[in-house]
Amino acid sequence: MKTFWRNFARNRGAVVGLVILVLVLIVALTAPWIFPGSPWDMAGAPFAPPGEDGMLLGTDSLGRDVAAGIAHGARVSLLVGAVSTVVSLVIGIGLGAIAGYLGGWVDDVVMRFTEFFQTIPSFVLAILLVAIFTPTIQSIVFAIAVVSWPPVARVVRAEFLSLRSREFVQASEVLGKSRISIVLGDILPNALSPIVVLSSLMVASAILLESALSFLGLGDPNMMSWGFLIGSGRSVIRMAWWMSVFPGIAIFLTVLSLNLVGEGLSDALNPRLPRNRGGKP
Amino acid sequence: MTRLLTVENLTVGLPQGADRPHAVEGLSLHVDAGEILCVVGESGSGKSITANTVMGLLPKLLPVKGGSITFEGEDILALSEEAMRDRRGRRMAMVFQEPMTALNPLMKVGDQIAEALAVHGRGQDAAKRVPELLAAVNLPDPASIARSHPFRLSGGQRQRVMIAMALALEPALLIADEPTTALDVTTQMQILRLVREIQSRQGMGVMFITHDFGVVAEIADRVVVMQHGRIVEQGAAQQVLNAPQHPYTRALIAAVPHGDAAARPAVSVQPMLEMKGIEKTYHRGGWFGPKATVRAIHSADFTLFKGETLGLVGESGSGKSTLARCVVRLVEPEKGEIIFAGEDLRPLSRTGWLPYRKRIQMVFQDPYASLNPRRKVGDAIAEGPITYGVDPAEARARAAELLRLVQLDPSALERYPHEFSGGQRQRIGLARALAMQPELLIADEPVSALDVSVQAQVLNLLADIRKRLGLTMLFITHDLRVAAQICDRIAVMQRGAIVEIGSTAEVFGAPKHPYTRALLDSIPGQGWTPPDLSRSA
Repeated sequence: MKTFWRNFARNRGAVVGLVILVLVLIVALTAPWIFPGSPWDMAGAPFAPPGEDGMLLGTDSLGRDVAAGIAHGARVSLLVGAVSTVVSLVIGIGLGAIAGYLGGWVDDVVMRFTEFFQTIPSFVLAILLVAIFTPTIQSIVFAIAVVSWPPVARVVRAEFLSLRSREFVQASEVLGKSRISIVLGDILPNALSPIVVLSSLMVASAILLESALSFLGLGDPNMMSWGFLIGSGRSVIRMAWWMSVFPGIAIFLTVLSLNLVGEGLSDALNPRLPRNRGGKP
Repeated sequence: MTRLLTVENLTVGLPQGADRPHAVEGLSLHVDAGEILCVVGESGSGKSITANTVMGLLPKLLPVKGGSITFEGEDILALSEEAMRDRRGRRMAMVFQEPMTALNPLMKVGDQIAEALAVHGRGQDAAKRVPELLAAVNLPDPASIARSHPFRLSGGQRQRVMIAMALALEPALLIADEPTTALDVTTQMQILRLVREIQSRQGMGVMFITHDFGVVAEIADRVVVMQHGRIVEQGAAQQVLNAPQHPYTRALIAAVPHGDAAARPAVSVQPMLEMKGIEKTYHRGGWFGPKATVRAIHSADFTLFKGETLGLVGESGSGKSTLARCVVRLVEPEKGEIIFAGEDLRPLSRTGWLPYRKRIQMVFQDPYASLNPRRKVGDAIAEGPITYGVDPAEARARAAELLRLVQLDPSALERYPHEFSGGQRQRIGLARALAMQPELLIADEPVSALDVSVQAQVLNLLADIRKRLGLTMLFITHDLRVAAQICDRIAVMQRGAIVEIGSTAEVFGAPKHPYTRALLDSIPGQGWTPPDLSRSA
């Protein structure tokens, strides 16, 4: 664990990303105390620019506090990002493990099924799903999960294919262990590194997807989210730039930090990367 | 005789955090024109570093800390990169260990040899020289080989191409870094003869790096023995081989499997395992394009009697591992019967197999891949019995006992596999198999990834445990000397079929099949009988 942190900290960008991510998390968790009351309530005069009227980031067309919207939106964005990633990991790891471990015709069937999802533009499919199931937070999470599991399944399948033929897996087979305990005990722990890296990037893309859906007006109407904030500021961007810019910065920083953390994880978990080297190789 | 290369007091550093401060230390040796110097040592002894230093191919993180290297009268450590490039290939050339990766896969081999000529300004001769060179390394039909891409050639052929490339500019010094280690024994013999022949024809000096004393006996004029980056002994081949002075050399030579097949009494007549009519065919190619089938196993019947050790011997691709894997159902054959203790195992389901899993266990080849890197040694050994309902505390106590049996400290229970050396890991793998208290042990090349001294320890341990526990063993190996040492009977496999089977003494003493004879003739160093060092050691 100690060496893991040392390797992670070697990548400066990853540390910066982690700091930003922790700050965003703190804001999301403390939003009800910093900005008590609903972010949908009127807090001041409409179109107040940042700094005026006691509003740090200004107000929108209905006099709602943009800063409160961003803080409460962080909860929704992070929640959607995390939950949809977990759901797609479950689907992706499950299918990928089955395909990679069993191989043969099962592999063929599962992979064709995966390709079926990969050939449909994912954003269009997500819009379609949300439109069919009416926009609620559940349907949005479901839609994002449905469009983002195929890469997980492919990565897991590839790892399983290569690990399955390793001698320690064959040894477990010869010991007479059940398939489930071979998959969970021998193969999966050795395939975790790429999955961890991939999932940090998936949280980022899930946040972007949710924002894009909200921007198009397909967000949960009862939930304040970053995409909704940008979407509502779009029509008045020339007179009230702050309504779109600040939520945009929030999305940008969060996605950037998740990508940096993902890259740091991938470096720290890759044993083949040269370390402790003085000169050029 | 002219002195080609003199290395004096060479010291090469290792990066910080390595297990010793210097890769090689105080190393002095020389190579004369027209002689073959063998550099022998186990892995990590610094022999490849020595070769790379002479070639000027050291990675930058290994600094030369002292000493001098004189080649044809010049101090080559002082030469510029440019001047070194000019010497490399023209005056000194190198052949690498792994023929499969040493050639550019996208370039025809003729063009690659021509390139070697062209970089030294002799490109205009290429059309004439390339076929000459390919003929000189005894490749049949040089013209068509020159037009082939590397993937069409076998390992032995590729190594010949590498040698042809090294010889292209008639260098004075050829450095060969384990050029035959990755090759089959019959191919190894051909390459050794080739190196000898070319060396005497052209009067080159050859520095030949190897870990195999059989190879040394086959081609060396002089020998340098290395251990932990130092030279412990050097001298004429006859002297070092037959009257070694340094304890390390003596230990190495004592560990060489001598290939003497002592007559062993037949152990029993009660069959434990019978393989009848097993067939396994691999299909390649998909819906489109031509299909290819490879008959991995056909007509490979044998019977294994209770208490004996049967050796399955053959070259790579002969199907010996596949056949062994059929016994434990890691490979499922299409046809045939696998009769174990009176029952045919082949048609059994996964659950039907479970009672037999306990009774048949396997030890694998690669000590680095056969243990789960994320599981503690104790858990790895105990998990088999626990799967079969043994109480976990009891299983762990038993694991500690087994570690003692394979001569490891029981404190190893709480450690992870990466903390152990190859030989130790192989013992852990053996303990894991023994934890199931099997009747039949399948050992798939259990010592071929190990250094010779470790190999001897593991072989002795296997023989000892087998005797103590009354195990029956199926022992797969490509090394006939190892087979002779440990097996009661030997089955020789070639292209998926068993061509000869008989007692070890019979197979070695009076081989019937021409392929067995070819294999036996290819054992390196047959003219040399390792001296019996047990008395004076």
